Amino acid sequence: MTRFNAWNVFKNGFTGQKNWDRQWRDPEPKKQYDIIIVGGGLHGLATAYYLAKNHNKKNIAVLEKGWIGGGNAGRNTTIVRSNYMLPGNHEFYEHSLKLWENLSHELNYNVMFSQRAHVSLFHSPGAKDGAARRYNIMRLYGTDAELWDLDTLKKNIPHLNYYDARFPIMGAAVQRRAGNARHDSAVWGYARAADSLGVDILQNCEVTGVKRSQNNIESLETSRGTIKAKKVGFAVAGHTSVLWQMAGLGNLPIESHKLQAFVTESVKPLLDHVVVYGVGGAHFYISQSDKGSMVFGGDLDWYKSYAQRGNLPMVQDTAEAAMAIMPCLGRIRLLRHWAGVMDMSMDGSFFICKTPLSNLYLNAGWNYGGFKASPASGWYFADLIASEQPHKHIQNHNLERFEKGINIDERGAGPDPKLHG
Amino acid sequence: MSGALVLIQSCTVDMIRIKCPYCGERDHSEFTYGGDASIKYPALDAPESEWTKAIFFRENIRGMQKETWHHTNGCRLWLEVERSTITHEIKSVKACHPQIEKITKSKS
Repeated sequence: MTRFNAWNVFKNGFTGQKNWDRQWRDPEPKKQYDIIIVGGGLHGLATAYYLAKNHNKKNIAVLEKGWIGGGNAGRNTTIVRSNYMLPGNHEFYEHSLKLWENLSHELNYNVMFSQRAHVSLFHSPGAKDGAARRYNIMRLYGTDAELWDLDTLKKNIPHLNYYDARFPIMGAAVQRRAGNARHDSAVWGYARAADSLGVDILQNCEVTGVKRSQNNIESLETSRGTIKAKKVGFAVAGHTSVLWQMAGLGNLPIESHKLQAFVTESVKPLLDHVVVYGVGGAHFYISQSDKGSMVFGGDLDWYKSYAQRGNLPMVQDTAEAAMAIMPCLGRIRLLRHWAGVMDMSMDGSFFICKTPLSNLYLNAGWNYGGFKASPASGWYFADLIASEQPHKHIQNHNLERFEKGINIDERGAGPDPKLHG
Repeated sequence: MSGALVLIQSCTVDMIRIKCPYCGERDHSEFTYGGDASIKYPALDAPESEWTKAIFFRENIRGMQKETWHHTNGCRLWLEVERSTITHEIKSVKACHPQIEKITKSKS
């Protein structure tokens, strides 16, 4: 594989950029692998990469039912942040943010990580106190966090609705190191880097059955034949329950819901930050892509679904929220909107854990926040698969936490998956 | 309708329409989604593991499932709806409470 560097770009310029190697191979499945990761999204590919890189594992395959970048890796709003406050979560997401900061160099692939600041608006003294509490906890743990008063906010983002908003903007809680990245680059970068370390990436390879003995998995039936595995990791956000039941393991603390995202036509530079607006029933987050499109999203569609398409009332809600804080968007045209299917867990937190089967490991339950988590998700999941011991930061991110009463509920919304937005 | 048009429509966004047994057919935006209607709560003195299963664990069906909807901006009845979680097609709707179901049946 040719490394990306200035010399190679220059050299290939003389031959019309036609002599680059494939980004990753397209191998035939082997009969047996030491480790199989099901799910070729960001989490699965990152896991395979760190298994090979950090733990020196060989003979790894990643199974993807579609193509790389065609699932939730291509359906998110690309926001990266680490403003979490509960033990376990803040260490995990801060680790993830640190991995993002060096990811382009790590993967030799420009993931266009842009630390443009994540600006979360507040609209009442109570909300300000809540934000101060959360952001002070973040500072105590060494994450950057600050509160902006109204003057600072106006200076930084002059064109929000400061004049006649139903809920007047009073300031913002800000994480400057947060921002966004290019989702395709991240998933392609991990695929290319994992492949160069010998990982087989098997596309169009859907798992159709799981053959198991009493307490372990023997082989996976796939659309490209039967493949044996010594260890299996599931990283198939959205469809975790389907695979879990294929393995005969019953129910999970997860419901599949869909979340829409929207992209508009390109406009000149308008918004330098990621802006988040949430008050009452509204929930809205927006940023501007490098191409100039406004990329934004809102709430879930509120009912359980495996369909990768959204409904119209939520389009209206999101448009109303957009108009409430950025009325200057009123004439912009929406180009596309789509939906991704997500694991909404019962407390809004994820699972990286062992399972009732001795050689099966689970990575699931990413709710709204799978994209930003993907580097750390791969890092800790690889660590779990290689060492068999959960790292102390994820020791409670397992399926037993509900029975033990140690739910990790950032929002305090209770056991209703759709409320953990 | 041409085949291509049917195909395009099946790929685009769809408004779910729920036939409320009291009010008639309405857009789903009048309703609030409740959750899985198949959950049976155990006896109050049942062991903790059973309560954990009932409260936190879900079958999360990919296909036809029974679920509850509340007609929040209508008659405020709780309804049990059989709906596909893949196509959103609705197979049946009835009032959750059996005695209310009797009333709505006699009404129609």
